[in-house]
Amino acid sequence: MSVETKISDREIIAALQGGLPIVAAPYTEVADKLGMSETDLVTQIAAMKDSGAIRRIAAAPNHYKLGMVANGMTVWDVEDAQVAELGAKIGALPFVTHCYERPRARDQGWPYNLFAMVHGDSPDEVEAKRAEIAAILGDACHGHDILYSKRILKKTGLRLRKRG
Amino acid sequence: MLDDTDRLLINRLQDDLPMSTNPFAEVGEELGLSEADVISRIEAMKDSGAITRFGPFFDVAAMGGAFCLCAIAVPADQFERVMTEVNDFPEVAHNYERDHTLNMWFVLATETPEGIAETAERIEEKTGLKVLCFPKLQEFFIGFRVKA
Repeated sequence: MSVETKISDREIIAALQGGLPIVAAPYTEVADKLGMSETDLVTQIAAMKDSGAIRRIAAAPNHYKLGMVANGMTVWDVEDAQVAELGAKIGALPFVTHCYERPRARDQGWPYNLFAMVHGDSPDEVEAKRAEIAAILGDACHGHDILYSKRILKKTGLRLRKRG
Repeated sequence: MLDDTDRLLINRLQDDLPMSTNPFAEVGEELGLSEADVISRIEAMKDSGAITRFGPFFDVAAMGGAFCLCAIAVPADQFERVMTEVNDFPEVAHNYERDHTLNMWFVLATETPEGIAETAERIEEKTGLKVLCFPKLQEFFIGFRVKA
């Protein structure tokens, strides 16, 4: 394949950002649209997985539709000196799906620096899990809150802006 | 309503899809389903919203871009207007309403690290509201799968 005709990663992203076609031979269909062979497309996707540009090809489930009605973003004001050690413990809990240290915004009334997403079948279940996290953090935690999600307003994944 | 087979399929589909010519046939074989059944169930779950999206999960950070969690305290009587304005930005990948003074939480995905601040600024101009940015400093992440 010459350099001139090589399909860029960007073109592949543009072709796939809306999702993979749900047909018997999805890679063939996408490759045809891009004007490349299926083998070349699959090789390029594999390279994008190796570089980390593509994490995986998978389904994004809607927690609400799966009956996980309670989804709480728990937020914690944790001693800076202990956040790495405690964050690792919280992130390892089986019911925590995402756990991050983020900057505080004290001047905006936001003292929290550790975020842990907790999913459950009921608010009671989420509260019990929140208490478990509070127990692990102990005295290193100076305040916490929980933000329940009320509605998904948008969920599209990546969208590239049109160029030019 | 999802049946047990749908749930089995969702659990499997949260892991990587094979890159063979007929990947759904391969998934079907793993689960004891026909290819046609796998395809029609995925279609149905997309239509019902049980699956919001099926395809590659891109990591813009690995491509030189950036993600950032942001929040706005939206006055209740302006919520629908602000939601429409924020969702119109292609850089807004997810957006959730949460029960807090900071009631709108969204993720920006941009092709460059500078794009986060630029986009947040444009959202402020558009909405007239302050956008708080909470970039991740450390990730404590083990692996995310919802058990269906």
